[in-house]
Amino acid sequence: MAASRQVACVEIGKLPIALSTSDENFLSLLRQRYAGFLSAASPEFELEFDLSATQIVSDDDVHVRCQDGIWLMDRGDFQARWDPCTGRGTVRQNANPYSLDSVLRILHSLILAERGGFLLHSASAICEGSAVLFSGVSGAGKTTMSRLAPPGVTLLTDEISYLQPSDGSYAAFGTPFAGELARSGENCSAPAAALFFLEQGPENRLDEIAPAEAVRRLMRNILFFAEDPLLVEKLLVTACDFVAKVPVRRLTFYPDSRVWDEVRDSIRNFDHKFDHNSARNFPGVPANV
Amino acid sequence: MSDSSIYIARSSAIAARALAGEMMVMNSANATFFTLNEVATAIFQAADGRTPLQEIVRSTICEQFDVNPEQAQTDAEQFVAELSSHGILLVSDQPLSSEATR
Repeated sequence: MAASRQVACVEIGKLPIALSTSDENFLSLLRQRYAGFLSAASPEFELEFDLSATQIVSDDDVHVRCQDGIWLMDRGDFQARWDPCTGRGTVRQNANPYSLDSVLRILHSLILAERGGFLLHSASAICEGSAVLFSGVSGAGKTTMSRLAPPGVTLLTDEISYLQPSDGSYAAFGTPFAGELARSGENCSAPAAALFFLEQGPENRLDEIAPAEAVRRLMRNILFFAEDPLLVEKLLVTACDFVAKVPVRRLTFYPDSRVWDEVRDSIRNFDHKFDHNSARNFPGVPANV
Repeated sequence: MSDSSIYIARSSAIAARALAGEMMVMNSANATFFTLNEVATAIFQAADGRTPLQEIVRSTICEQFDVNPEQAQTDAEQFVAELSSHGILLVSDQPLSSEATR
C-alpha cells in the first residue's frame, strides 16, 4: 500500500504553495527549514516530492524550459515539472534542502515574472516602515550590511529578495533563503523605498545611477532561469518600471554601523522628494520594440 | 566600402526596451545585455530584414545625424557584426523572412 502523503504549506510573498511528501523525515526537514513561513492558507499551487535517488549535490547548470505548456526544470540533483494551468507539479530529488530551495526559487521566479515581480540577488530589510535593498556582486557587502543592521531594523533576507507590484509601486517580502548569515528572513513586507548597489570604500557616499545603467545592474542581479524570450521581455519591462518607481543609487560604504545612518537619511530624503521620484516615470518606457 | 547587400533583422530571442533615450537590448538565450546609443538605436529599429544596411545608413543615419557617409557605413558594419556575434541581430546577404523578425 502506498504511504499517505502529508503536506506543509509554505507561504512566501503571500503565495502559499503546498509541498507534499510521504517521507516523514523530509516533512520534518521542510517544516524546520521554512518554520517562519508555514501557513494555514489554502494553497494556490502544489508540488509533490518523490525522493528517488538523484545526485546529492550538483554544480551543473540548471535548465528551465517550457514544453507544451509544462515547465520542465532540471539540474543534476533534481528534475521537476510544473503545470501553470493546474498549478500542480512534481519534483524528483534527494532529501537535500539545497535542491529544495532551488526548486522553490525557480517556481517563484516563474510565477513572479508573470505577475510583474522578481527575485533579486540582494539583502533587504525594513527600516522605519520602508524596505531597503542592498545588491551587488558576491563580496560587495550584502551580508555585511545585514550584520551591521541596528536594533529596530527587520531583516527580510541577506541573500534573495522578493519583490512584487503593490499599490502602484513595489513591496519587498521576507524570504527563508539565507546567505552567509545562515538565518532565515522575517516573514513580513513593506513598500520598497530604495535599491542600493553596494561597493565598499573608505567613506560612505551615495551616487545617482543613470536609468539605463540602473536597469542593466538590476537585470544582472535578477534571479531568472528560464530560456523563454517572452518572459525575459516581461522581466525587462518590469525592471524598467521598477527603476522608474523606486530610487536606485550606488552606495559606497565603509563597513561600520554609521552606514545605516546614511541609509536612514536617504530614505527620509527620498520620501520628501516623492514628487521628483514620480516624475522619473519616463515617458519613453512604453516604447517597446 | 564593403558589400552593400547586407540585410539585418532583430532576432526573435531578444527583449528590447527604450528608457530615457537609450535602447536596452537583452538576449534571452544567454542573458547578454546591451545599451545602445542613439545611432545604434536607429540602426536597430530599422533592422526589418528587408532594407539593405547601406540604405539604412543612407536614408536614416545620414539624414538624422551629422556623420560622414563612409565613416557611418564602416561604423554600422562594425556595430552589426558585434550585435550579430551576440545573437542580437541576424545578418544575411538576402532579405530575411518574417519568421526571423519580430
